[in-house]
Amino acid sequence: MLRGDQGRAVQEALQLQLEVGRFFGAQCFVAVSNVHMMGDIEVMGDSGKSFLERAAALGGKCVRPTTTNARCIDFAYVGRLQQDPDEARKEQELIACLRRMDVITADTCINYQTLYQPHLGEHVAWGDTGTVIYANSVYGARSNFEAGPAALAAGLTGRVPAYGFHLDAHRRGSFQVNLKADLNDLADWGAVGKIVGSAHQDYYAVPVFTGVKRSPTADELKQLGASLASYGSMGMFHMVGVTPEAPTLKAAFGGNKPAAIMTVTNRDLERVYESYDTQNNPLNLVVFSGPQQSLFELKTLADLLRGRTVHAGSQLFVTTSNGVKSAARELGYLQTIEQAGATVLEGVCFYILQNLPQMRVREGWSNLVTNSAKLANIIGAHKFNTILRRTAACIDIACTGRDAR
Amino acid sequence: MNAATRAVRQLRTIRVTRAFGAVVEGEALVSTEGFSPRYDLDRWSGLISRPGHALEGHNIKDKILITPSAKGGIAAGWAFYDIQHKGLAPKAFVFGVTNPVMVQGAVFAGITITEGWSASPYGQIRTGDIVRVDPKNKTLTLIRRGVSAPSVPR
Repeated sequence: MLRGDQGRAVQEALQLQLEVGRFFGAQCFVAVSNVHMMGDIEVMGDSGKSFLERAAALGGKCVRPTTTNARCIDFAYVGRLQQDPDEARKEQELIACLRRMDVITADTCINYQTLYQPHLGEHVAWGDTGTVIYANSVYGARSNFEAGPAALAAGLTGRVPAYGFHLDAHRRGSFQVNLKADLNDLADWGAVGKIVGSAHQDYYAVPVFTGVKRSPTADELKQLGASLASYGSMGMFHMVGVTPEAPTLKAAFGGNKPAAIMTVTNRDLERVYESYDTQNNPLNLVVFSGPQQSLFELKTLADLLRGRTVHAGSQLFVTTSNGVKSAARELGYLQTIEQAGATVLEGVCFYILQNLPQMRVREGWSNLVTNSAKLANIIGAHKFNTILRRTAACIDIACTGRDAR
Repeated sequence: MNAATRAVRQLRTIRVTRAFGAVVEGEALVSTEGFSPRYDLDRWSGLISRPGHALEGHNIKDKILITPSAKGGIAAGWAFYDIQHKGLAPKAFVFGVTNPVMVQGAVFAGITITEGWSASPYGQIRTGDIVRVDPKNKTLTLIRRGVSAPSVPR
């Protein structure tokens, strides 16, 4: 590969991987079975697109199943959202270019729920942090955060340098979190991620959760993981009796002594919800996104919205994958949500929407209400004031323009 | 040798744990808060744009950004390449702790990056000081003090 026998694209991919491996002191490579990459025009810009076009022209082809993360444009909504037609064209060219390299443009950030569920110990190369923390924690698979170019490199070479969460040493728990809170809503799980992640901003910090009162659902673990990764840059957690590498507290720590022990109570969650302020601006934007919604989440939204209408002057956005949206259409959930006045976008995530800063100004949005703690964190660079609320409260705000809290 | 020069000479060279890239010298931009090119940065101007960030209003272009930690996201991998091509990249990232995305992104964009330090640079290196990052020898060195106290442009 390094000699260029398999082409320049592969050679350059391996050179990138060698440098990264050298930085982290990796001793070898490990083969990966599945790759998930972020690659859209908003995030990579013209320079990234040129890079990919060159790699495709050099004959680069993925040798492992490689899927794409959420992108910035739902082509059915370019006009309605007044997105830039030039950027939409570039996004289409980009998708065509990725397909030439044998990338499966599935455009979802919930691949772990909808596309591929790796098994215990399986090495993968995934990006979007939410996908990585889910793979490591819930499936016991092994991945580092792989940025777009690094994931593509893994797709081209079929391997990654062995450092970080590919190694046993980094997968052991490093601190303990006792869950005393009730955790009845998805937003509560995200709020736990905010509390724990903000207090331990470190990729290699691995929280071990204890005391969970019931077995959490996949969507709850998704919100927790996405939030931990967002606030704490974390790539892994354990939950005793729930996740596969944590049958016991002792096993979760693997000989490590907890560097800290913290407790999360109902009062802590209330403090999170109390910390948001409308700044006397209207509550006219509610978003369910970041991560994309599962079919179960769409059903919940449909149940909450049935017979109700989004408040005049307000907007409600939902993002999901193509597959989930299609299923929701078959089941009638989509029609219920849309009849209430919501916009359901597919293949995108709200915070990377092309032209979002312009949209915000044009629509007069200042506050963004969401049940996703990750979204509440990540959208700050676009100058939104974000407000985390529980799912039903988000729907009430969307339908009344008021926060009952 | 005057007292000021002696004082600067005595300012130690800080050792960094891991490093990649070319030797660079430039103005330090010192943050007490972590950094994400997605959450905190306006990628069209190079300004730290997140309201309330410790460096809000500062431009990272051509600076040596010293920051305790990496925040969030996968998108940094493309974002560093993007700002490099727009001419808005810093000369180096000096992280206390970082994550693989920052390293992959910096290597991909050819921007110098380091992680870990033998002694805290806070209190020793101030925004506006001229520093050198030497990845091969794994050092961060104060070359000279900045001429004036830094102010935050608004």
